Amino acid sequence: MQFGLSESQEFLKDSARKFFAGECPSAEVRRLMETDTAYDAALWSKLTDQGYTGIIFPEEHGGVGLGKVELMLLMEEAGRALLPGPFFSTVVLAGSVLNAVATAAHKKQYLAPICRGEVRATVAILEAGASWDLRDTRLSAANGKLTGEKFFVPDAAIADFLIVVARNGLFVVNSKARGLKISPMSGMDLTRKLYVVEFSDTPAEQLAASFDLSRAFDVATAALAAELVGGMQRTLEVTVEYAKTRKQFGKPIGMFQAVQHQCADMYLETESSRSAVYYAGWALEENSADAATAVSIAKMYASDAARTVGNRGIQIHGGMGFTWENDVHLYYRRAKASETAFGDATFHRERIASLVIDSPNVSALSAQSCIR
Amino acid sequence: MDLNLTAEESTFREELRAWLASNVPKDWDEWREKPMEESFPYLRAWQRKLQEGRWAAVSWPEEYGGRSATLMQQALFWEEMARVEAPPMANSLGLGLIGPTIIAYGTEAQKKRYIPKILSAEEIWCQGFSEPNAGSDLAGLQTEARLDGVHYIVNGQKVWTSYGWVGDWCELVVRTDASAAKHKGLTVLLVDMKSPGVEVRPLRQMTGESEFNEIFFRDVRVPVENILGKVNDGWNVAISTLMYERGSYGARLHLIFKRYITRLIELSRSIKRKGLPASEDPIIRQKLAQCSAEIEIMRYNQMRAFSRITATGVPGPEGSIQKIFWSELNQRFQQIAQEILGSYGQLMAGDSHAIDKGLWSYAYLRTRGNTIEAGTSEVQRNIIGHFVLGLPRSY
Repeated sequence: MQFGLSESQEFLKDSARKFFAGECPSAEVRRLMETDTAYDAALWSKLTDQGYTGIIFPEEHGGVGLGKVELMLLMEEAGRALLPGPFFSTVVLAGSVLNAVATAAHKKQYLAPICRGEVRATVAILEAGASWDLRDTRLSAANGKLTGEKFFVPDAAIADFLIVVARNGLFVVNSKARGLKISPMSGMDLTRKLYVVEFSDTPAEQLAASFDLSRAFDVATAALAAELVGGMQRTLEVTVEYAKTRKQFGKPIGMFQAVQHQCADMYLETESSRSAVYYAGWALEENSADAATAVSIAKMYASDAARTVGNRGIQIHGGMGFTWENDVHLYYRRAKASETAFGDATFHRERIASLVIDSPNVSALSAQSCIR
Repeated sequence: MDLNLTAEESTFREELRAWLASNVPKDWDEWREKPMEESFPYLRAWQRKLQEGRWAAVSWPEEYGGRSATLMQQALFWEEMARVEAPPMANSLGLGLIGPTIIAYGTEAQKKRYIPKILSAEEIWCQGFSEPNAGSDLAGLQTEARLDGVHYIVNGQKVWTSYGWVGDWCELVVRTDASAAKHKGLTVLLVDMKSPGVEVRPLRQMTGESEFNEIFFRDVRVPVENILGKVNDGWNVAISTLMYERGSYGARLHLIFKRYITRLIELSRSIKRKGLPASEDPIIRQKLAQCSAEIEIMRYNQMRAFSRITATGVPGPEGSIQKIFWSELNQRFQQIAQEILGSYGQLMAGDSHAIDKGLWSYAYLRTRGNTIEAGTSEVQRNIIGHFVLGLPRSY
């Protein structure tokens, strides 16, 4: 048993870190967040060249065929760099949904271009009620047309097509379809834009009449948690650096235990989130019986931890932490948006409870956990 | 990353499972409630039996009677022991901490003299480290040893000594050079607890029981051949013992915590809140889920740490997050148990209305010690701050 990264996994993580450091430095993040869509075509084509747009998808559809642990590592590094734009919505979310439910023909039509980096896509899930329980979906298609609205749709304005969750099926809507109106929502996270999407007699192609998105959403949820880990890591690094250099009362503030112990807690929270995310990635890859529980554990813990790590990071930076020019708030904003996306900690605790408490023998929490 | 067992790990576990199936005592439940003074011969016999199967000290090198088990195999060992609810071993400090230190620092004569009797539980060992004025600042200890011919004369006091009352031998840290810097003047002595001038007193703790002792040394004569390691190099020897402490203890906690949370969830189904089982109360569900999740994460952290040690060869200071994680989690966990049990949570052993024979009231009090023993949470945070994150030393 080896709960550490293999050589090839280390290599992937390392090269992703170097790639993002070179192609997506803080200045680029700040430039893109001031644009309408936070999308940059040149950056997208470089992501494609790295094979990132097809990372977990089968080679027959133009993907790279790597596993979920590798996806976690890539997303961790993307999160550390605060990668702006539609990578999550296109590759992780729309890609996983298509991979899970689409027919071979639809995969060829929609998933393959994602892998090849030719299109951007997203999934429209939430409605005005903002419930992550899909049973609360009200939108419904009639005669191949959609009328209604979706809220909080990530990167909709830059998407070439939208996958739409409706009561009576899963649909694809082309961005140029008639009766489609996309208006920006002003979200806290400046690097991942959110939109209201309105349909009025909008033609939609059915992907599936009945569908189970739970596994695809679990992949997306774990990937978001992985991004949060990267954000925590970066926040920890800059905060520790600041605590070493900032002097008050003639000493580096990191010498004071009130500061040092907060840094230690940031480390504990970051590392524990990372353990939970890696385990979730592995459980998803292995299709293990506790995969759903493991994903909820990771999202629950990382959602709370990212906020706490951000709180501590800002506090330790003092006045500097409260300024616009310091990057810590950019991670803090992303952390808040990702905390609520795909269910916050309270949502996932209830999911864990239903998996663990409501099962007669508590078997969802595998009796052996890591060891099988 | 591959969490499946390797062939060697599977074989190890299968062999152990088969051995435990036919050897683990069936009557431990009758003994576990009794005071340790009464059950101690039973625990000695159990350890002897384990050693007959070469299972008492799996981490030790084969030449000293162990199995040269990897860390993962050690983790498997403790999991299996917890799974079958095996009794503890009588000489747990000798096997876990002191034996490995003697193997690392002892002379051939010392190894030959002490190691076999540690394994057979014939000689029980205790640890003389903490003092009334040297807890977190262990290097500030004052028990002194003065050379007198071929003996050291030891004077001083130790505290928080587990197994002191039954100890035959003690790994004792003493000051041999008062003029040196505090870390430089220490030496480790192997002390016969039956020596004249050794007095052991029970230390009653807030739970009402006495797990620990105070030991007083008055002009105790210790032969110079009982020095472990080198004179004035005792700090390194002692630190090595403490590293074993952090490495081995965590492995068995996960299944113990899991057994507790499973039982608490079971109890929550029969305890009523507003006419419904507590397990259906949304707030209780949130708390039980949080706790269950953190118990799993404790396990993930541990496996990651073990993998890192396996790869690099040494336990790193990252192990400090484990100590903080489990001890603070255990305190939150027992508070949740108290909330669920309500008024019954306070009932102590012996009360006919107590739930689970007073287990929960005891655990609630006992967990207060978790963030203090084996390195306080504050010291652990200093270790992370300085040694892991590279912040300047705060003290």
